[in-house]
Amino acid sequence: MGYIESYLALSAILFVLGLYTVSTRRNAVAILMGVELILNAANINFIAFSKFVTHSLDGHVVTIFVVMLAAAEAAVALAIVLNMYNNTGHINVDEANSLKQ
Amino acid sequence: MITVALLILLLPLLSFAIQIFFRKFIESKNGEWISIGIQLTTLGLAFYLFAVMIGHYDPHFRIEENVTWFNLGNFSLEMGILIDNISVIMLLVVALISSLVHIYSTEYMKGDIRFSRYYGFLGIFTFSMNGIVLANNFFMIYVFWELVGLSSYLLIGHWWEKNSAADASKKAFITNRVGDIGMFMGLMIIMTVLGTLNYQGVYTGIASGEWEGGIGTLFGGANPHTLLTWAGILLFMGAVGKSAQFPLHIWLPDAMEGPTPVSALIHAATMVAAGVYLTVRIFPILTPDAMATVAFIGGVTAFYAATIAITQNDIKKVLAYSTVSQLGYMIMALGTGAYVAGFFHLITHAMFKAGLFLASGSVIHAMHHALHDIKDHDTDAQDMRNMGGLKSKMPYTYLIFIVASLSISGIPFFSGFLSKDAILAGSWAYASTAHEGWLASMHMAWILPFFGFGAAVITAFYMFRLIFMTFFGESKRPDIFEKMHESPKAMTVPLMILAALSLFFFYTIPSINPFSTHGWFSHVIENPGTVVNFGSTFNLEHFEHANHEAHMPAMILSLIVATLGIGFATLVYLLKKVSAESLASKLGVLYKGSFNKWYMDEFYINGIIRPFLKGCDAVALFDMEYYDHYLINGAGRNTKKVSSGVGVADDLIVDGAVNFSGYIFQWLGWSLKFIQTGRIQNYLIFALIGVVAVFLLNAF
Repeated sequence: MGYIESYLALSAILFVLGLYTVSTRRNAVAILMGVELILNAANINFIAFSKFVTHSLDGHVVTIFVVMLAAAEAAVALAIVLNMYNNTGHINVDEANSLKQ
Repeated sequence: MITVALLILLLPLLSFAIQIFFRKFIESKNGEWISIGIQLTTLGLAFYLFAVMIGHYDPHFRIEENVTWFNLGNFSLEMGILIDNISVIMLLVVALISSLVHIYSTEYMKGDIRFSRYYGFLGIFTFSMNGIVLANNFFMIYVFWELVGLSSYLLIGHWWEKNSAADASKKAFITNRVGDIGMFMGLMIIMTVLGTLNYQGVYTGIASGEWEGGIGTLFGGANPHTLLTWAGILLFMGAVGKSAQFPLHIWLPDAMEGPTPVSALIHAATMVAAGVYLTVRIFPILTPDAMATVAFIGGVTAFYAATIAITQNDIKKVLAYSTVSQLGYMIMALGTGAYVAGFFHLITHAMFKAGLFLASGSVIHAMHHALHDIKDHDTDAQDMRNMGGLKSKMPYTYLIFIVASLSISGIPFFSGFLSKDAILAGSWAYASTAHEGWLASMHMAWILPFFGFGAAVITAFYMFRLIFMTFFGESKRPDIFEKMHESPKAMTVPLMILAALSLFFFYTIPSINPFSTHGWFSHVIENPGTVVNFGSTFNLEHFEHANHEAHMPAMILSLIVATLGIGFATLVYLLKKVSAESLASKLGVLYKGSFNKWYMDEFYINGIIRPFLKGCDAVALFDMEYYDHYLINGAGRNTKKVSSGVGVADDLIVDGAVNFSGYIFQWLGWSLKFIQTGRIQNYLIFALIGVVAVFLLNAF
C-alpha cells in the first residue's frame, strides 16, 4: 500500500500551496480556499500517521472533525466576507486595515 | 437570701432605667409611682432580711457569696455579696429613707422640668448605695463609691441652669476625687501585699501574719506596722472625702444647691454615711496611730463644723454644717474605738437628720409657694431671717422639727441621746486609757472629749436657734407669712415616720430604758476589736472597761451641756434677754470667722487653686515660649530643611531612574509599532518566518 513518505509529500505540497495562496492572494474568498488546502494537508497527515504509525482510527476521527470544522469555519468566514462586501464594496484583505494605528 | 440581696441591689437600677427611657410616658401618667412601687418593694425585701437577721439574733451572723469577676494571670478580682448585721441594718435604713424621700418628692418636685430624670437619679443613687452596703470587698465598694459620687453629682446639679448648682456639683465631685485617690492608694497597698481585697481575707491576712510576711522587699522593705498605719489612713481618706471630714468638708454645704429631698437622702442620711460605713469596715485593720488620726480628724470636724453652724442664716446651711459635725462625731467614735457607738450614731443620725432636712424642705416649699403667690422673686426662700412665727402655720412641721432637734441635741427619750452619749463616753474612755497612738503619746487625747462635749453644747444651741428663728416670735415678713400654709400629706407623713423613728425605744427593744443603749442593736453589733497583732495594738478589753467607767460621768456631763446649749439659745433667741447682735459684735473676730466658715473656701481658692493656676500659667508660658518655640517648632523647621534636601535627591536619582525605565519602554513600543501593519498576510509571513526559525534552531 505504498509508503508514508508519498502521503507526507502530497500533504506538504498541498500545505505549501495553501500557504502561498493565503499569504499572496488579496481576495478574501481565495484566502479561504487556501485555508481549506492547509486544513486538508493536515487531514492527509492525520490519516497517513494513523494508518502507518498508530494503526488506529483516531486520525480518521480527527479528520472528520476537521472537515466538519472547516465547513463551519467556511460558513462563518463567508458570512464575514459578505458583510465586508456590504460595508466596503470590495473583499480585498489588504485594504481591510482600519484597526491599524 | 443572696437572691433577695441581689433584688434589693438591682431593683432601683430598674427604676432608673424606666424613668430615663420612658420619660414622656412617666411625665404624662404619674409614672413616679412606678419608682415608688419599686422602692417600696425594696423596702419590703429589706424588712424581710432584717427579720431574718433578727431571727438569728447572732452577732456573728453572716452570709457571703463570691464570684470571680476576671483573672489576669495570677491576679484575680472578685465581686461578692456580704450579708451581715451591719449591712442588713444599713440596707433597711437606705431603703426606708429612700422610700420616704421618693414619696415626699411627689409633692416637693411637682411640676419640675426634669421630673423623671430626678426620679431616675434617685434610683441609680439607691442602687449604688445598696452596692456599697452589700459589697464584700474593698474593690467593689470602691466601684460603687464612685457611682454614688456620680449620682450625687447629677442630683446636686439637678438645676444646672443655676450657676451655683453647676459649680456646687463640680466642687462636690472634684473634692471627692481628692479623697478617692487616697482610698485607691490604700487599696493598692493592701492588694499588693495580701493579694486580696475581700474583707475577711484582709482581716485574716493581717491576723495570720501574712501581712508581715507578704511585704518582703515591697515598698522598700517597709516596717509592717508603719505600712499598715499608712494603708489605714489612706483608705480612711476616702471616708474623709465622702463623709465631708475636715479638710475636705467644703463640698457638703455647697451641695445644698440640690433639691432638698436629695439633701436629706444623700447629703445627710446615706451617702455621706458611706464614709463612716467604710471606716466601720476598715476598723479592724486600723493601728493605734491610724485610729488616733481618724479620731482627731473626726473630733476636729465635729467641733469646727458646729462653730460654723451657729452663725449661718440659710436654714439648709445650718443643717449641712450640723451634718458635717455629726459625721465628725461618728468618725471620732470609730477612731476612739467606740465602734458600736459610731455605727449606732450613723443609724440614729440618718433618721433624725433626714427628718430635719425634709422638715426644712417643707418650710422652704411653703416659703416658695408664698413667695410665688405674692410674686416676689428676689427673696431667698431659705433665709431664716425671712421666717419666724411659723409654729401656728405649720404645726406638723414644727412638731417634727422639735422632736428631731431634741434628738440631735441629745435629750433623753430620744435616739440621739443614746448614740451621742455612747460616743462621748467612748471619747472619754479613750482619753483616760489610751497609751498607744500619737494622740496619746503627745498627751493630747483629752482634746477629743473636749471637742465632743464642745460640739454637743454648740449643737444644742444652733438647733434651737434655728427653731426659734423659724417657728417662734413675730414673722419678719408678714406679707409672706399671710400666704404660708402646711405642706400636703405626701410630705408630712414621711416626716412623721422619721420623727417617730427618732424615739429611743426603736433601738433598745426588748429593754426599755431611755438611759441605756442596751437592746437588740447593741446585741447584734459587736465591737470586733482589732486584727493587728504585732507592734502596738488597740486593746479592746481595756477600752470596754474604761467605757463602762466613763459612761455615768459622760452621761451627766452631756445632759448638762445639752441643757446649757438649749438654755442659752432660749435666752438669746426666744426671750431676747441677750442681744444676738451685741454678742456678735463683742465676739468680733470669732463671729466673723464663723460666719465666713473660717475662710476655708478662701483658703482653698487663694492657698491652693490660685497658686496652682499661676503655676499652670507659668508652665504654659514656658511651654509656648521655649519648649514649643525651640524644641517642637525647631524640630519642625529642621525637618523641613532636611526634607527639601532629600526631596531634591529624590527628584534627581529615584525619579530619574523611574522615568528612565519609562522612556526605554516608550522607545521600545514606538519602534515595534511598525511591525503592526494591519495586514493579516504580513502577520502570517512573520509567523512562518518564526516557525522556520524554530526549525532551523532545532536542526542546528
